[in-house]
Formats: sequence, structure tokens, C-alpha cells
Amino acid sequence: MSPLAALFIRDIRLAIRVGGGGGIGVLFFLIVVVLMPFAIGPDLTLLARLGPAILWLGALLASLLTLDRLFAVDHEDGSLDLILMSDTPLELAVAAKAAAHWLTTGLPLVIATPLLGLFMNLDAKASAAVMLTLLAGTPALTFIGLIGAALSVALRRGGLLLAVLVLPLTVPVLIFGVAASNAAIVGPLPFGTPFTILCALMLTSLVVGIFAAAAALRQGME
Amino acid sequence: MAIIDLANPTRFLRFAHRAHPWLMEITAAAFVVGLYLTYGAPDDYQQGATVKIMFIHVPSAWLGMFGWALMSIAALGTLVWRHPLADVAAKAAAPIGAAFTFLCLVTGALWGRPMWGTYWVWDARLTSVLILFLMYLGVIALWRTVEDPSRAARAAAILTLVGAINLPIIKFSVDWWNTLHQPASVIKLGGPSIYPTILIPLLVMALAFTLLFVTLHVAAMGNEILRRRVRALMLMQAQSAPGSGE
Repeated sequence: MSPLAALFIRDIRLAIRVGGGGGIGVLFFLIVVVLMPFAIGPDLTLLARLGPAILWLGALLASLLTLDRLFAVDHEDGSLDLILMSDTPLELAVAAKAAAHWLTTGLPLVIATPLLGLFMNLDAKASAAVMLTLLAGTPALTFIGLIGAALSVALRRGGLLLAVLVLPLTVPVLIFGVAASNAAIVGPLPFGTPFTILCALMLTSLVVGIFAAAAALRQGME
Repeated sequence: MAIIDLANPTRFLRFAHRAHPWLMEITAAAFVVGLYLTYGAPDDYQQGATVKIMFIHVPSAWLGMFGWALMSIAALGTLVWRHPLADVAAKAAAPIGAAFTFLCLVTGALWGRPMWGTYWVWDARLTSVLILFLMYLGVIALWRTVEDPSRAARAAAILTLVGAINLPIIKFSVDWWNTLHQPASVIKLGGPSIYPTILIPLLVMALAFTLLFVTLHVAAMGNEILRRRVRALMLMQAQSAPGSGE
């Protein structure tokens, strides 16, 4: 087994067996979405109008919540130093960790979306649209979050700083994710235009996030 | 190692001490000329005297972006050459750039109230400048969280370079999205579309603001170098103090 595959499988195993990762993220997502009708009021038409935005905000906050575990746990038990010193390029190792992280925390959010869409009075088509945009958008959130997680890994008070650093960078993803969902539900824009921009943002953040995170880890762990 | 690190900053400090009075005088002179020309500039036929907010608003916006561009260049210096002066330049530029961005947002809101009927709209340019301001605050927070200055410099450099993606979005936001904010009228293909009676005072004010930025930046860099020396001296003192285990 190649080192990258081993790292990928190890991260997935840890996330599934240790707990506290994806499951808690989905639970947090559920609670954020459930809180909204209490704040806005149980007006079903209003909830259907705001539904995509609420689901997107919930997913954004939930993916932010799990980010601090991405490198911090490995830093505490020393395996991050081993990854840094190994022959495998750090960028690829970071990409493998990001993929494992998205599979265990991002994908569950996407899968939970149709159920939460029912709470928001979204019909099947609207739920599918939000799910599709989240499927393209949550990897972008993970890759952007990588940068913040790598920058704050060696800090003692990293948690709150991570949110402050990452959230401004996620604004374009949020804008085009919600715009694409709304375009599919109420129009008048075609769904394809904002959705392709969202996909482009995802691919850009893949490149920028992985290289910036690897650079930040190298600088921070010296 | 420490002596090599200090070698260049020492020369810079000497330069800063000598240049600072001159810079202050030139800045003051540019502001006198700029404000006089602004006073003499004609009122807009639609906007009346409120158009004069532009002479503060537009230069602040330019310098808010200039500050981040400067930090990005300094970030390259930090990451590629590990130059201590680049760290200092990046750190000193962040609060100044944040202040100019804030000034741009405030004057824009004051101008928007009589012209658009609202202090704030969620327009592409306003939003991207607000994000620039939030990123300035994030970088300043990162600088303040990491105790060791050279490690803080490298972390902030990476964040600065990632954030630099926002700069072209701000510049072209008014061309890409058709919104309330007017499109580019000074820096664009085919030359400026402003009448010279307004354009010349605007350019003089932009020069005055740029000089103000440079003056503040040189002074802040000098202060930061001195602050680092004080820190190094205190660390040395703490190491040689009785009872420190030596």
C-alpha cells in the first residue's frame, strides 16, 4: 500500500472509530437548522424562501466546527512531524488528509440535506438543487479551511482565530452556492451560470488551499 | 545570526530618521495644495457639494488596496528571502491599510446616504471592500496571536498571499456586476472619463494620501524595529538574570 493510501485510510478509520468528527458535525447542522424557525417564526412560505440560505449557512458553520481537528490531533500525538519528515510530498499528504476529512465530515452534511430540507418546507426539486450545490461547495469549504487549520495548528489559542481567518475567504463560495440554489428554485437566472462558477471556486480552492496549507505547515512546524 | 539580522534594519533606521521630517513636510505641502484645489473644484451638477467626499473616498480606497498589495510583495520577501525588513514592512502596513479601508467604507456610507438614499447596500464592490477590511483584521489578529515575530511573519505572509486574490475582484467588481456603484472612471482603457477640473484635484489628493501612507509606514517600520530590539534585549536580560539556571 502506498504511503498516501495508508494515510487516507488511517484518517478515515480514525474519523469513524474515534467519533466526534462527522457525526457531531451533522448533529450541529441539524441543531442550527432547527433553531432557525424559532428565530424566524414558523411561516412555511418564508422558510421555503430562506431555506437554501439557511441550509448553506448551517453547512458552512458545521464544516468550520470540525476543522480544528484536521491537523491539531496529529500535532498533539506527533504524527504530523512524521508526515512532515517523510519522503511523500507534503502537498500530496495534505490533499489525502483533506479528501479523508471531506469524506467523513463534508459528505455526511450533503447526505443530511434532503432531510433538513423537509424542515425548511423545500420540495424535492429544491432539496436536490441545494444538495447538488453543497456537493460542489463543501469540498471548497474544506480546502479553504485547510489553510486556516494549518496556520493555527501550532498556536495555543487557535480555535477562535481559525474562524476569523477562514470565514472571510468563504464568502464567494457562500454567495454562489446560495445563488445557484435560488436560481434552480425561483429563477430567473439559469442554474448553470452560478453553478459553474461554484465548481470553478471549488477547483481554485483545491489548488490554492493545498499548496498554502502545506507551506503553512512547513513554516509553522520549524 | 542576530548581528546579521540587525545589520540591514540599522541602515534602514538611519534612513528613516533622516527621511521622516522631509516626508512629513512634503505630505503636509501636498495636502495644502490638494485641499486648496478640492475647495476650488466645481460642484457636480447633480450631486452638489457632496461630490467632494470623492476626494477623500477614492484615494482611501486606492490606498486600502495598495496596502494589501504592499503586504503581498513583503510576504514574498518574507517567504522567499526570509528578509527581516520584509517582515517589519508587512506588519507595519497592516494597521495603516486597515485604517484607510475603514476610512473608505465610512466616507462611502456618508456619501451613499444622500446619493443612493441608504448608508449601505450589498453591492459587489462594497461587499468586497468590507471583506478586505475583515481580512486586514484577521491578519492583525494573527500577528498578535503568535508570540515569535519571525514565525508570525511567515504565517501572516501565507494568509496575505491567499487574501491577495480579493484585490482583482475589488478592482473589477464594478465592471463584472452591474450595480449601484459607478464603474471605473479614472484607471481604465481609453483614458479617464472625468473632466480635468475634477480629475486634477483628485490626482493631487491621491498623491497626498500616498505620501501620508508612506510617511506613516516608514515611521511604523522604525517603531517596529525598535520594538523588536527591546524584545531581544529583554530576552537576553531574562536569560542572564540570576536564578535563571546558568
